[in-house]
Amino acid sequence: MSWVFLRDLLSGVNKYSTGIGRIWVAVVFLFRPLVYIVAAENIWKYEHDEFECNIKQPGCENVCFDHFFPVSHIRLWALQIIMVSTPSLLVVFHVAYRKNREKHHNQKLYRSPGEIDGGLLWTYLISLILKTAFETVFLVLFYKLYNGFKVPRLVKCDVRPCPNTVDCFISKPTEKMIFLYFLLGTSCLCIALNLSEFSYLIFKYSIKCYVKRHVKKRQ
Amino acid sequence: MDWGALHTILGGVNKHSTSIGKIWLTVLFIFRIMILVVAAERVWGDEQDDFICNTLQPGCKNVCYDHFFPISHIRLWALQLIFVSTPALLVAMHVAYRRHEKKRQFRKGDEKCEFKDIEEIRRQRFRIEGTLWWTYTSSIFFRLVFEAVFMYAFYFMYDGFQMPRLMKCNAWPCPNTVDCFVSRPTEKTVFTIFMIAVSSICILLNVAELCYLLTKFFLRKSRKAGNSKHHPNHENKEETKQNEMNELISDSCQNTVIGFTS
Repeated sequence: MSWVFLRDLLSGVNKYSTGIGRIWVAVVFLFRPLVYIVAAENIWKYEHDEFECNIKQPGCENVCFDHFFPVSHIRLWALQIIMVSTPSLLVVFHVAYRKNREKHHNQKLYRSPGEIDGGLLWTYLISLILKTAFETVFLVLFYKLYNGFKVPRLVKCDVRPCPNTVDCFISKPTEKMIFLYFLLGTSCLCIALNLSEFSYLIFKYSIKCYVKRHVKKRQ
Repeated sequence: MDWGALHTILGGVNKHSTSIGKIWLTVLFIFRIMILVVAAERVWGDEQDDFICNTLQPGCKNVCYDHFFPISHIRLWALQLIFVSTPALLVAMHVAYRRHEKKRQFRKGDEKCEFKDIEEIRRQRFRIEGTLWWTYTSSIFFRLVFEAVFMYAFYFMYDGFQMPRLMKCNAWPCPNTVDCFVSRPTEKTVFTIFMIAVSSICILLNVAELCYLLTKFFLRKSRKAGNSKHHPNHENKEETKQNEMNELISDSCQNTVIGFTS
C-alpha cells in the first residue's frame, strides 16, 4: 500500500475527464506526489531529531516539539494529496454502475457510458466541488495551525517541564518554507483548474440545453 | 510515484521524438536521474548530521546550516529534473489526444481511417508536423528556460560551484564568529561539477534540436513554395484567360473609339 496503489486505483479517472481534467490529473498524480516523494519527504525525515532546545531538562524538547507541531507539515501534505484525489472515485463508480446496468439489461442504455451527460454530469460537478473544498480546507488548516506558511528559525517554548522560556531551534526552516510555498502554489493551481473546468462544463451544457430548446420551439 | 513513473511516461514520448530528443532523454535518465538516485543522494545523505560547528551552544549548528544551505543541492537538482521533464508531458498529452481522435474515427467506421485495428493505432508513430510541431517546439523552449533558470539559481545561491571546507558563521544564537565544517566537501564539489556539466550538455542538445526543427520547418515551407512555381500549367491557364479578357476589353475600347471618331 503506497502511492502506487492510489495511482492504480485512480488510473481510470483520466479516461472519463475533460481536457482540463486531464491536466489536473497530471498535476495531482504526477507532479505533486513526485516532488513530495523525491524531495520533500527527506527534508522532514529527521525533523524531531534535529529539533534542538537550549536546555538539558529531559522531556522539554519532546514537549516543545509536540506543542509547535501537533501534526507535521509533511503528514498534512500527504493527507491533502490523498483526500483531494478521492472525489474522482465518485465518477469512476458512476461509470462502472452505468456499464453494469447495460450488462444487466443486455441492451445499450447510454450513448456511451463514459460520456459526461445526464446523471454523470452532476456526479462530475459534485466531485469538482468536493475537490475544491478539500484543497481549500487543507490550505486554511495549514494557515491556522502554523500561523501562515512561514517556518521560523527560532520558537520560544515555556510548556512544562521546561523550567522557564526556552529557545528552540527548528532544522532547515528555509528549505521547509520553500517547499510549503510550492505546496501552496500547486494547491492554488489545482483550485484554479477545478474552477475553470466547472465553469467550462456549466457553459457547455447550458449552450447545449439552449440550442435544444431553440430547435424544439422552431419545430 | 517516483522516478520510475516518470520514466514510463517519458519513455512513451521517446517514440515520437527526433533523434536528438532521444539522445537528450537517454542523457537525462542515465547521467542525471540515475546518478542522482544511486550516488548523489548518498553523498548528501548525512549532510546535516555531519555538519559540525566549533561550539557547544545549542541551536547554533541548526541556524548556521540553514544560513549556508537555504535549499540543499540534492533537492534543487531533484526539482530541476522534475521541472525539465514536465514539458515533455505536454507532448505526451498531445499524442494521447491524437490517438484518442484516431480511435474514435476508427470506431465510427470512417472511410478516411487507414488503420486495420486498434492495436495499429496504439503502435503508430506520429510525425512531428502541424500542431504537434508547435507543442514539441514549445516543450523544448520551456525545457531550455527551466534548465537555465535552475543553473543560474544554483550559481547565485552558492556563489559558484565549489563546496568550501570551512564556513564562518555568526548568526544568532552563536556567541561569536564560529567555524563550521561541511562534510565531504571534495566529493560534493566533484558531483556538483559533474551535474552542471551534464546540464550544459542537455542545454546544448536542446538548442541543437530547436535549430533542427526550425530548419526543417523553413525548408518544408520553401519546398512548398517552390513546388507551386514548378507547376506552370496551372498558372498558365489563368494567365491565358486574363490575356483573352484584356484583348476583349481593348478590342471593345478600340471599337468605341473608332465609332466616336467616325
